Amino acid sequence: MSIKVYIPQDSAAVSIGANEVATAILQEAKSRSIEISIIRNGTRGALWLEVLVEVETASGRIAYGPVTKNDVKALFDAHFLAGGAHRLSLGKTEEIEWFAKQDRVTYARVGIIGPLSLSEYEALGGLAGLRSAILKSGVEIVAEVTESGLRGRGGAGFPAGIKWRTVLQTASDQKYVCCNADEGDSGTFADRILIEADPFTLIEGMAIAGIAVGATKGFIYLRSEYPTAIVILNKAIVIARDAGILGKSILGSSFEFDLQIREGAGSYVCGEETAMLESIEGKRGVIRAKPPLPAIEGLFGKPTIINNVLTLASIPAILSHGAPAYAARGVGKSLGTQVFQLAGNIARGGIVELAFGVTLNTLLNDFGGGTRSGLPIYAVQIGGPLGAYFNSSSFGVSMDYESLITAGGMLGHGGIVLFDKNVNLAQQAKFAMEFCALESCGKCTPCRLGSTRGAETIEKIISGIDVAGNKKLLLDLCEVMTDGSLCAMGGLTPLPVKSAMDNFPQDFEGTKESVR
Amino acid sequence: MTMLIEPDFGTPASKKTELVTVQIDNKSVVVPAETSIMRAAAECGIEIPKLCSTDSLKAFGSCRLCVVEIDGRKGTPSSCTTPVADGMKVSTQNPRLSKLRQGVMELYMSDHPENCETGDECKMHGMAKQVGLKEIRYDGRTHLDLKKDETNPYFTFDSTECIVCNRCVRACDEIQGTFALTIENRGFEARVSSSGTSFIESECVSCGACVQACPTGALTEKTLLTIGAPTRSVITTCAYCGVGCSFKAEMRGDELVRMVPLKDGGANEGHSCVKGRFAWGYATHTDRITKPMVREKITDQWREVSWDEAINFAASGLKAIQNKYGPDAIGGISSSRCTNEEVFVVQKMVRAAFGNNNIDTCARVCHSPTGYGLGKTFGTSAGTQDFESVEYADVIMVIGANPAAAHPVFASRMKQAIRRGAKLIVVDPRVTETVKSAHIEAVHHLQLLPGTNVAVINALAHVIAMENLIDRDFVNKRCDLESFAQWESFIRLPENSPENLESITRVPATQLRAAARLFATAPNAAIYYGLGVTEHSQGSTMVMGIANLAMATGNIGRLGVGVNPLRGQNNVQGSCDMGSFPHELPGYRHISGAQVREIYNKKWGVTLRAEPGLRIPNMFDSALGKKFLGLYVQGEDIAQSDPNTTHVHAALRAMEMVIVQDLFLNETSKFAHVFLPGTSFLEKDGTFTNAERRINRVRPVMESKTGKSEYQVTCDLSIAMGYQMHYESASEIMDEIAATTPTFAGVSFAHLDKVGSVQWPCNESAPDGTPTMHIEQFVRGEGKFMKTTYVPTDEKSTRKFPLLLTTGRILSQYNVGAQTRRTENMIWHSEDILDIHESDAELRGIKEGTWVKLSSRAGETVLKAHITQSVPAGVVYTTFHFPESGANVITTDYSDWATNCPEYKVTAVEISPSEHGPQVIREHNISGDSELESIIRMANQIAANIPAGAAPEIEVAHHLVQFWTSQMRTRLFNDVDRKKLSPIVLKAMELELAK
Repeated sequence: MSIKVYIPQDSAAVSIGANEVATAILQEAKSRSIEISIIRNGTRGALWLEVLVEVETASGRIAYGPVTKNDVKALFDAHFLAGGAHRLSLGKTEEIEWFAKQDRVTYARVGIIGPLSLSEYEALGGLAGLRSAILKSGVEIVAEVTESGLRGRGGAGFPAGIKWRTVLQTASDQKYVCCNADEGDSGTFADRILIEADPFTLIEGMAIAGIAVGATKGFIYLRSEYPTAIVILNKAIVIARDAGILGKSILGSSFEFDLQIREGAGSYVCGEETAMLESIEGKRGVIRAKPPLPAIEGLFGKPTIINNVLTLASIPAILSHGAPAYAARGVGKSLGTQVFQLAGNIARGGIVELAFGVTLNTLLNDFGGGTRSGLPIYAVQIGGPLGAYFNSSSFGVSMDYESLITAGGMLGHGGIVLFDKNVNLAQQAKFAMEFCALESCGKCTPCRLGSTRGAETIEKIISGIDVAGNKKLLLDLCEVMTDGSLCAMGGLTPLPVKSAMDNFPQDFEGTKESVR
Repeated sequence: MTMLIEPDFGTPASKKTELVTVQIDNKSVVVPAETSIMRAAAECGIEIPKLCSTDSLKAFGSCRLCVVEIDGRKGTPSSCTTPVADGMKVSTQNPRLSKLRQGVMELYMSDHPENCETGDECKMHGMAKQVGLKEIRYDGRTHLDLKKDETNPYFTFDSTECIVCNRCVRACDEIQGTFALTIENRGFEARVSSSGTSFIESECVSCGACVQACPTGALTEKTLLTIGAPTRSVITTCAYCGVGCSFKAEMRGDELVRMVPLKDGGANEGHSCVKGRFAWGYATHTDRITKPMVREKITDQWREVSWDEAINFAASGLKAIQNKYGPDAIGGISSSRCTNEEVFVVQKMVRAAFGNNNIDTCARVCHSPTGYGLGKTFGTSAGTQDFESVEYADVIMVIGANPAAAHPVFASRMKQAIRRGAKLIVVDPRVTETVKSAHIEAVHHLQLLPGTNVAVINALAHVIAMENLIDRDFVNKRCDLESFAQWESFIRLPENSPENLESITRVPATQLRAAARLFATAPNAAIYYGLGVTEHSQGSTMVMGIANLAMATGNIGRLGVGVNPLRGQNNVQGSCDMGSFPHELPGYRHISGAQVREIYNKKWGVTLRAEPGLRIPNMFDSALGKKFLGLYVQGEDIAQSDPNTTHVHAALRAMEMVIVQDLFLNETSKFAHVFLPGTSFLEKDGTFTNAERRINRVRPVMESKTGKSEYQVTCDLSIAMGYQMHYESASEIMDEIAATTPTFAGVSFAHLDKVGSVQWPCNESAPDGTPTMHIEQFVRGEGKFMKTTYVPTDEKSTRKFPLLLTTGRILSQYNVGAQTRRTENMIWHSEDILDIHESDAELRGIKEGTWVKLSSRAGETVLKAHITQSVPAGVVYTTFHFPESGANVITTDYSDWATNCPEYKVTAVEISPSEHGPQVIREHNISGDSELESIIRMANQIAANIPAGAAPEIEVAHHLVQFWTSQMRTRLFNDVDRKKLSPIVLKAMELELAK
């Protein structure tokens, strides 16, 4: 029997040489006449350990990392295929502390299974949720989701059950389920990793959503910047269709559901749900005014569930283990787990899935290990480019929806980006405005013109031109953008700007020192 | 003398019936559910600042000026996109909102010219003031260096004034349905774009909806920039097609600055097309003749004379003819371009002053079969619906019409319905833009061979009858059952099956069956048709076939259904209503009716003749037979527009006194002895009646350029002929119409000025008019089914003339082009082109853009070729807007059996490459049939086509009495070689003799 070697095909792992490592291992095995079979799994999420090579042994999977192709020979010499000791040896994967301390629910199978292996998927609990769902009524499924406390993981945090109930209760000849996989926030990658590592979970979650509300068609709006994810998900859809997970009769039931991918075209704002609908319909990606809510008049004017990848991927676990098990995790109104993404200037970046309520400090230091540069953490931005910048006085904050709002920020999609003191927050504030200027759909005035004016005004502050007057103007502008913008893009752009001004006033003095 | 500013409620009215009560700034207002806060506020007199919203477009929510606060809700939602809810409390004004609006305007004004070239036309500076903006603190990047797009002849696009509110883009999408505009790029770089090219090169059809929608000076009429801002406006009616759009003529002094579509206009509700909106320059064109002219012979030079001299010259010429050849030797042709009042006095002059019924109108050559066909089946000659009705249709069948080009404002409305989900069936030989355009595609395009309409309508009805899709309840309740039974047994005959007719019509039977089922099973199915139905040898039969189909499927008498002729000219409905046909008095009452004549005898102090007079083609035939020698023709260029030009020219040349009243010298005036200058619609006072029977006011916006009203000239001629006719005003004429015509009894200028417009019948039982006809019962009582046997036209493709020519119109030009050729519309279409299928072109070695000779048995002309797939193989197509193309040199004098409406839509032709350009027209020696040959042809055609049971001769005899002059009948009896007549005609003649 050949020895199983797991080498991720995840885009992040590939970007640092996973393919070269795989080739080297294969060649080395050949030259040594050792029979191995390489499984290209997804990443387990410890990006700081990539390329993480795992070998299946009698006592379980033994991990080595980070491996480069230059290490391969030595690994063979050290009998890594038998779990032999080597300086890169990390022991049993499950026992690596960084993983062991997590609570993987949504990410339960990520990195463990072959992404397109339906049997491995099922062996690790896959399809249990779907099987449970087809025995339930739509009302019961929606009740289960409501009871679980699951909220929108895309950033808005809207209770999924309420959204589903609206779609369920809106009569229509056609309904849709749309998955928002236009993961555009800086410092976020959880959607991509999930799709590349465990695509059936998303498919299963969407099928359950379809069954729950009576939708027969689903679309996954997947950004074109994720080519590997597109390939894997497309293959997974075909496999699922062939296996009767999708199609006219789901798992032999009377339920029908099928889905297809719509590729994005490089627009950040198309991650906003109404712009995404426009884009799926083949139109320019601009924001629709709400009301009407997409749950009532969504895709092609029909009732539509729109949820993020992580939201939908959490559904199978909720249906298979029951709402109480999910709701038992978390704090307050933030129940279940959050797939945090640690990025930026960080020692140990990657995916940390934990119940809500963990402190920011735990994530930054216990998991993240501080900055990669070794300098103190100067600023942390949580929730993508529209999220707030915090200074160290806030690191004790509990990571849940409400606490972050109270602290003047937002959870967003769960991305956490670290900066050391080499960053200048006035420049970051300007970047926030520039990002908005670049990505604004251009429909509403505050966002279309305000973002450009914002960047220009911050530039004046940085250059020391009428600093007091321009700060006042910037605050006025932030008010117009916050209160006047049509969608969250313009409405939230002031959040990084104002939080930077509030939490890092020293960076806004307009002096040489403050600019650094 | 003031400018009319129409109120703008910001968002369209809600169609909900449920009412809700809301409090806005402590004012309570009751509005339909789903009304926007903005509109609810406007309805209680609170104007919320707005830029991107207007009540002709769906709410968009982009400008963010209309923000409000709602009790119990977070944030500051836009009032245009937020619907009211019962009990909602809204504040539209407070310091927070004020600051927000100032902030938005500060952003806007930081990228807007300090001084707008268009002045107050741009609302931005006014809005800045209105929201209390004091200073602009930003000084960054702007778009103020962008270049103007001046390529469109009528309007400019100045991107520097543009605020990217999308109103133009949305107007193009939502109202017009052309989708020519878009926003390019995003964020700060987002700019309005005519899809990446200049306006003139884009898909833009210059309907003006974008200009109308623009809240700034970004899209502005060029005339506004050259003449200046208008200072007064007059509401009037467009003088182009039969849609009859209402406009505000905006004036500066006595100069027209622009025509702005009226939101309150019943037919157009604020929309327009390139012709009505922009192509009015002809009205003041230097070609206008404003002084009367006379000449002894048509080879003489024109001589300008006084009105008195011209009138006397004309009258004495006409009187001399009557003295020499008898009272019936003169007649008149009224114009569908003129007002009801002008038409009424022309037919009155003919009947009262000329003393005969030789009055006809240009409807003869377009919708006379509609009058005949709908009269026979429903009881009156008019469309059954208003235009709005199309919004309620589930299936729309368009037959022989291309509204996208010929009735653009209606087409926009129809396309809106289709984009909302209505299904479209098109019956047309060509793939027109009505068949397929942006977001529009016919579910079924029955691409028939020209001349086989009746076969197609019969096959449709056959399927409906055989597949039990007839609405028996409707038929039993509303229709004449005897005629229905006869029709049903006829239509069920295997000869009418789509399979049997497939080889004739070329429409695949399966497709035809599918179309029939779609039509018959729709909750509401409506038929719209044009000249592709009427201008055939079986035009009247086809109209009756359409009426049969509508009745059999129960699609009459409510919103969303009906039979709707799309009328070609602005007042073709009205000119027919006004008694312009030789056999009918106003209101479609036959001249043979003694009671009807008595009304006029009394009113006019004359004794009307009971016999019908000559139709236009009969006039030409009689002229060549030296029996009709004097003609007064108003506003119609018969020498260009009527078929078989050679024949028409010969007839005109034979006449001794031709009086032309028109704006310009034209083809007909080349044969005229007197030219009486006419007035443009901008000088007229009166009414036009559109295709939905809507009587609209036409108001003079400037003084008559001729010094006289056109009806005055007619009165003067009448008086000179010896009959006293005098009116103080056009209003007085309408009073006379109302007093003598039951369907117009409730119409007066005062009433119209009050209510805007009414659709006839308008009388005591329908004081506000009648949007939908035949609701409880048909005008004739029970709807009558008519047998519609398909009789192929005699005009057949032969070895010598193997192709079929069909003709039509294009958006930018209008009919014979007398108006549009004198406008900037020439930029889009400066010559008539012959569309040829690629295989026909290939076979003959014809290349794109080269000259081709087009010949028929009537004549030859040369046109430029366009190789296309929009016509099927075997069919060629051209427009007839230019005299030099001579499209009617080709067409023949074959006509509809019942009404003599010319068979313009089918001419057998051959094409071949030509070395020479246009104007090389060789007229064939044959100049049509002689008078006697025409009489034989027409009589035999009536016998072959008349719907009848066992004794067709009775119907034929009746028809000859109803529509032929006694002189024509006498010639049939006395001068014709009876061997040439069909047995039915001979039997009919026996019947008549027996009387």
